Amino acid sequence: MANFYNDNPDLKHHLSHPLMQKIVELKERNFADAQTYDYAPQDFEDAMDSYDKVLEIVGEICGGTIADNAEGVDHQGPHVENGRVVYADGTKENLDLCRKAGLMGMSMPRRLGGLNFPITPYIMAADIVSRADTGFENLWGLQDCAETIYEFANEEQKQKYIPRVCQGETMSMDLTEPDAGSDLQSVMLKATEQPDGTWRLNGVKRFITNGDSDIHLVLARSEDGTKDGRGLSMFIYDKRDGGVDVRRIENKMGIKGSPTCELVYKNAKAELCGSRRMGLIKYVMALMNGARLGIAAQSVGVSERAYREALAYAKDRKQFGKAIIEFPAVYEMLAVMKAKLDASRALLYETSRFVDVYKIYEDIAKERTLTPDERKEMKAYTKLADACTPLVKGMGSEYCNQNAYDCIQIHGGSGFMKDYACERVYRDARITSIYEGTTQLQVVAAIRHVTTGTYLSMINDYAAQEIKDSLKPLRDVLVDLTAKYEKAVATVMEVKDQAYTDFMARRMVEMAGNIIMGYLLILDANRNDAFTHSAEVYNKIAQAEVTKHAEFIANFSPAQQEAYKA
Amino acid sequence: MSLNIIVLAKQVPDTRNVGKDAMKEDGTINRAALPAIFNPEDLNALEQALRIKDANPGSTVTILTMGLPRASEIIREAMYRGADGGVVLTDRVLGGADTLATSYSLAQAVKKFGKYDIILGGRQAIDGDTAQVGPQIAEKLGIPQVTYAEEILEINDKNVVVKRRLENGVETVKAPLPCVVTVNGSAADCRPRNAMRIQKYKYAASTSEKANLPEKQKELLEKRPYLNINEWSAAYVDADPTQIGMPGSPTKVKAIENVVFTAKESLCLDNDDTQIENLIKELIANHTIG
Repeated sequence: MANFYNDNPDLKHHLSHPLMQKIVELKERNFADAQTYDYAPQDFEDAMDSYDKVLEIVGEICGGTIADNAEGVDHQGPHVENGRVVYADGTKENLDLCRKAGLMGMSMPRRLGGLNFPITPYIMAADIVSRADTGFENLWGLQDCAETIYEFANEEQKQKYIPRVCQGETMSMDLTEPDAGSDLQSVMLKATEQPDGTWRLNGVKRFITNGDSDIHLVLARSEDGTKDGRGLSMFIYDKRDGGVDVRRIENKMGIKGSPTCELVYKNAKAELCGSRRMGLIKYVMALMNGARLGIAAQSVGVSERAYREALAYAKDRKQFGKAIIEFPAVYEMLAVMKAKLDASRALLYETSRFVDVYKIYEDIAKERTLTPDERKEMKAYTKLADACTPLVKGMGSEYCNQNAYDCIQIHGGSGFMKDYACERVYRDARITSIYEGTTQLQVVAAIRHVTTGTYLSMINDYAAQEIKDSLKPLRDVLVDLTAKYEKAVATVMEVKDQAYTDFMARRMVEMAGNIIMGYLLILDANRNDAFTHSAEVYNKIAQAEVTKHAEFIANFSPAQQEAYKA
Repeated sequence: MSLNIIVLAKQVPDTRNVGKDAMKEDGTINRAALPAIFNPEDLNALEQALRIKDANPGSTVTILTMGLPRASEIIREAMYRGADGGVVLTDRVLGGADTLATSYSLAQAVKKFGKYDIILGGRQAIDGDTAQVGPQIAEKLGIPQVTYAEEILEINDKNVVVKRRLENGVETVKAPLPCVVTVNGSAADCRPRNAMRIQKYKYAASTSEKANLPEKQKELLEKRPYLNINEWSAAYVDADPTQIGMPGSPTKVKAIENVVFTAKESLCLDNDDTQIENLIKELIANHTIG
């Protein structure tokens, strides 16, 4: 039986990144928990060994039951009975296994029943789960929402809800409404305060992933008469209290095992989470950043699956007397798929490490005052995480769609039939560049890191790192591309027109992304020869892509936008 | 009600991955050429034991295995899934045992436990496929046995009610405790290894493993007694030297040969439902299929 962790040495490579030492030591507060908890690590090596062993469990469950169930879950899907969601049989089995294996609440502190894992090994688990069943990754990955409770709810709420998540209760984030999708400021679900301090929720939510979960985070309008984001607060709704029914579930193209629900709130009792009016502007932003990293991991898992399906087929399928992988047109596609997979995965774990460092500092800041150096470091890592999260979500999800497309292409006519997993992978991939903010919205979040220079300073830091001589020619290419990127950005900025910057934003963000991922692969190859081919192939992709965008920008005059306008 | 549950388990070569080096010249298994795994049906037995424990807090599940010192691997594996601990019955003089000598040795070890309420084990091990050891242990201990168990339906301090999976259906039986129950592969799969437990028990070590550990881990074993996996010798379980190992095993492998299956006769059917149906009935009747 396959183990999706052990069969993929790339994961161990990313898990063993040098920054993990700092992350683990901060996360474990000098291993103080070892005195209190019999499953807490004694030192850095012990902690890393535990991550490795737990990921091995994840890999085993995913390579076995969850992967085996994926097809059946896709066919059967969930349904609604009397206002409640009934999962597909395979989904129930998957959830049961994850609970028994203790894979819920992985990043929560031990005192609340969690494993106290940093984000990085948790994200790695998401990467693995997604490869097995992309839709199931949603149900499992929504444990992320516990992070929001941990960060913003009061102690009583933490004690009440987080241990339940660690025991395997599922979560959902109820944000979207029929008239509030990308624009969450328009949320109308009404929250009314009761004399006893509890709240009542009334209204409708739509497109809610796993909307019949046990514990919901709900964005609702608490301030009567307001119309924008400042009138919205975050609430916790406990299914045990009742009051929310599932009216219907959507019939989707992909991730069919993950129920997407329309919810009706009828005077549903709820608790305020954090402060009033901070719902959208603070908590949803935090929630979204976590969720975006989750989708990036999901995307990488899809890319991995697509690459493996394509590779296996290309080796097996014979035409004109030989395996099709021997034809340049096919092996080129496979090499490009692998390079995109490796590039997005490199950026995924780079981002997760940045998130780890700043989040752990934030958490430490609740216990004691940070030193000035620590505060400075926290700020720097927050900025890096902010810059990288939309980049990896945006480009990672586009890459997984491209890989799923090429996976079908390599299968030829057979890929268009329902007989192979690739058609499901293709349908499942499609949502990743849409939900938790479309690629276009990721660009909106990322562009300020182009204009303020965050990406450029990251690029310069990467360029300054020591590498093997054999990799230096690749770096030379990236140095050239960086000059092109800087020139393109300067050209756009000179126009001093916001609409023009917006028009060119995606090109500039992608240029930065190409160069950053190009460097990350060089650094991976520097540490591990297995990444050399991908570093070389991606270098070619980056060169072609950045040059293409640079040419487009250089040859474009703002007046030419007219031809594009609706 | 808390129960003392013993699970008999065996570390076996993974016969699902048999290669050409699987057997040695002398007809015994070449264990070095095959990965060692937890015997699959013993995992089914472990799951039944853990369910009893779940339903009866305070109960303990202890693994008993006979084999090489490295069989402690399956005890750790069982701990990751929910077992409390285990014992490896290991001794050079126990080597080469057939089912008679094995069941005698294990029965002696069971007696060493003192109080126990129920003994569970897999129906059979995939290396020998005899299904004899469990029943023989019951005989030697003079307690009842229930074979082909699929599910423990009820248990109290006096009796256990077991659903048995038989060739033509199921049978539900009640047996007084203590007794031996051997569990079928058709029973529920064992629960997965648990993330918290694997972190808690990963340093568990047997007496012989402990000798080679770094100081830091030795200290941990001192501090945390539950991490110690005991090794018992033949003498420790008061085994009669004439009834164990090679001397205690009347079964001897005389010769081993490769058998190549060839079709001796062929039958041509018309494309006709009745003929096909008759053939299928015949094949079921002579146990070729079904």
